[in-house]
Amino acid sequence: MSFTQEEEIDLSPESTAKAGVILSSLDWIYNWSQSNSVWPLQFGLACCAIEMIGTAGSRHDIARFGAEVFRPSPRQSDLMLVSGTVTKKMAPQVVRIYNQMPEPKYVIAMGACAISGGPFKQGYNVLKGIDRYIPVDVYLPGCPPRPEALLHALMTLQKKIKNQKTLGKNITNPAYKEGRRIYPVPVLSGDDLDPPYNPEVWTPPAKNPNVEDGCE
Amino acid sequence: MSTETMPARGFNLSKDDLGADILEIAMGPHHPSTHGVFRMDLKLDGETVVDLKPIFGYLHRNHEKLAEDIPYPGSMPFTDRLDYLCGMTNNWAYALSLEKMLEVEVPERAQYIRIICAELTRLVNHCLLIGFFINDLGALGTPLLYALREREKILDLFETLSGARMMVNYMRFGGVRCDLPDGWLEECKRIVDKFPAFLDEYETLLNENEIVITRSQNVGVLTAEEATNFSITGPMLRASGVNYDLRKVDKYGIYDRFDFKVPLGAHGDCYDRFMIRMLEMRESIKILNQAMKDLPDGDIIGKVPRVFKPAAGTEVYGRIESPKGELGFYLVADGSTNPYRFKVRPPSFINLTALRHMCIGHKVADAVIILGSIDIVLGEVDR
Ligand code: SF4
Repeated sequence: MSFTQEEEIDLSPESTAKAGVILSSLDWIYNWSQSNSVWPLQFGLACCAIEMIGTAGSRHDIARFGAEVFRPSPRQSDLMLVSGTVTKKMAPQVVRIYNQMPEPKYVIAMGACAISGGPFKQGYNVLKGIDRYIPVDVYLPGCPPRPEALLHALMTLQKKIKNQKTLGKNITNPAYKEGRRIYPVPVLSGDDLDPPYNPEVWTPPAKNPNVEDGCE
Repeated sequence: MSTETMPARGFNLSKDDLGADILEIAMGPHHPSTHGVFRMDLKLDGETVVDLKPIFGYLHRNHEKLAEDIPYPGSMPFTDRLDYLCGMTNNWAYALSLEKMLEVEVPERAQYIRIICAELTRLVNHCLLIGFFINDLGALGTPLLYALREREKILDLFETLSGARMMVNYMRFGGVRCDLPDGWLEECKRIVDKFPAFLDEYETLLNENEIVITRSQNVGVLTAEEATNFSITGPMLRASGVNYDLRKVDKYGIYDRFDFKVPLGAHGDCYDRFMIRMLEMRESIKILNQAMKDLPDGDIIGKVPRVFKPAAGTEVYGRIESPKGELGFYLVADGSTNPYRFKVRPPSFINLTALRHMCIGHKVADAVIILGSIDIVLGEVDR
C-alpha cells in the first residue's frame, strides 16, 4: 500500500485528538506527573509529626494530592518533610537521610522548629533551622501547623514543580541541573555541630549595625 | 549425621548449630516503628534478641533548662510539648504543682472542666496508642485511620475551647484560661455518647482477633514484682496486676467524687496492656458522663497572686495520673520569679527502662510491638 497525496497524515490538533494522540510539551507532562505523585518520606521528628499523621488520616486525606504513599525508605521517596525539632544529635542523621534520597528531591520544613528552632531556639541543643544544612523548598510556619497548612505547603510545592524546566537551555529541574545533591554530614563535636552551617546552602544574615548583640 | 544429632529444624536453630555469629543492628533513629526518634541497638542471634541497648536523646530540647530561665507561668506552653499527645494533662500536672506550692484554691467549676479535659485527653491518647499498636502488628493503615477519625472529633472540641488542636495551653494556676463556649457541652456530650460505638467496633474487630492474640499474648511479660521494681506506672503497671492509680490513690482534683473502676490485668503481657487501654477508655467515658452532668456554675479561676514569687527554699512535687502514667513536676523555688530547679518525671521515660528486660528472648518483630505497648512519646522521654 502506498500513500497518495490525499491520504497524507493530518497533524492538526483536531484530527490527532480524534485519533487518540495528545500533543504536549515534555516539560508539561513530566511536571504534571511528578507533581501529582510526590511520595513523602515517613519520617517524624517531634510533635509536628503527629499533625503530619493527622493529615494522612481520612479527614484531611493527603491522598487527594497524590502524596499518600509514605515510604519508610529514603531511597524510594521524593519529599522529605522535616516535621519537628532537629536537635544537634539528630541533624547528622537528617542530612544523611537527605543524601540517601534519589533526585528529584524536595524538602518541606514543617513547623517553627524546623525553620528556626521555634520555641526551643534559646536552648543549647536545638539546631536553629534545618536550612543550615540542606536546601529547603517550602517553609511551613506554625507550632504545629494545621493539617490544612500542610496541604497548602504541598500545593505550593506542586506549583514549584510545575514551573520547573527539564529541557532546553535554562534547566531549573534540580535533578537535571546539578546531578544528585549530596551535602557533607556535620559531626557533633564538643557542644556544637561542625561545621556550624553548610556555606553552599546558607549564609549567615548580615549583622545589623544598630543592634549591639543580635540574637543568632 | 544421624537424625538424633541433627539440630532441630526451623526456628530452633541456634548459633552453635550454624556456627553463626551474633548480629548487631541499629534500629532507628529513623525507623517507622520506633515512634519517633528512638534508637535500639539490638544484638541478634538469628531472629532472637539477645541484648538490647536503648539509645535516646535525639529529641533533647533542654526543656528543664529553659524553664529555669523564665518565670513560672512562662513554662506552661512548654509543658504542652512534653508529651505532645496529651497537652491537657501536662498542663494540669504543672498547674497542680504550683498550686501546691502557693496553696491556691481551685474553684469547683474549674475542677470539673479540668477533669473533662483530662479524660478527653485520655481517650485521644489511648485510641491513638491502640491504632499505632495494631499498626506495629502489621495491620498497616486502616486501624490507625479509625483512631485518627475519633481523635479529630475530640481535637475539634479542644480547638473550640482553647484555639489550638494539640498545643492547648489551656490550664492556668488556680483554674483554667477561659470558660466553655456556648454549645460546647452539648457537642461534647454528643461525641462522648457516640464514643462507645467506636469502642464496640474496635473490640469486635480486635479483641478476639487471631493475629492480635497470637502475636501479643505471652510477649513481653512483666510480672507485678518486676513492674514495681522498675517503678513502672500507669496502664503498664496495672496490666501487670498492681492496683495503683493516682486518681484513686492521691484523689487529686476532685476524683474522689466520681464512681469509676480501675481495670487490672493478670499476665502483664502486650495483650493485657492493649486491653487495659480499651477498658480504661470505657471508664473515662463513665467519668466524663458524671462530670458533664454535675458541672456547676461559678468562677473558672481562683484568687491567684499577680506575680508568682514562692518563698526561697520551698520544694514541691505535684503529680497526676497522665494517660501514660505518673507525670510529676518537681519545683524548687529560690525566692525569685523563676524556678531554681524544674524537674519533670516523665512516665514514658521510666516505663521505657523495662524495655530491655521485656525484649530479651523474643524475636525482633516482637521487640517492635513491645515498644509499641509501652506507649512512649519521645518529647517526654528526652525532654
Ligand atoms: S514547631 Fe512546635 S509543634 Fe512542631 S515540633 Fe516544634 S515545638 Fe513541636
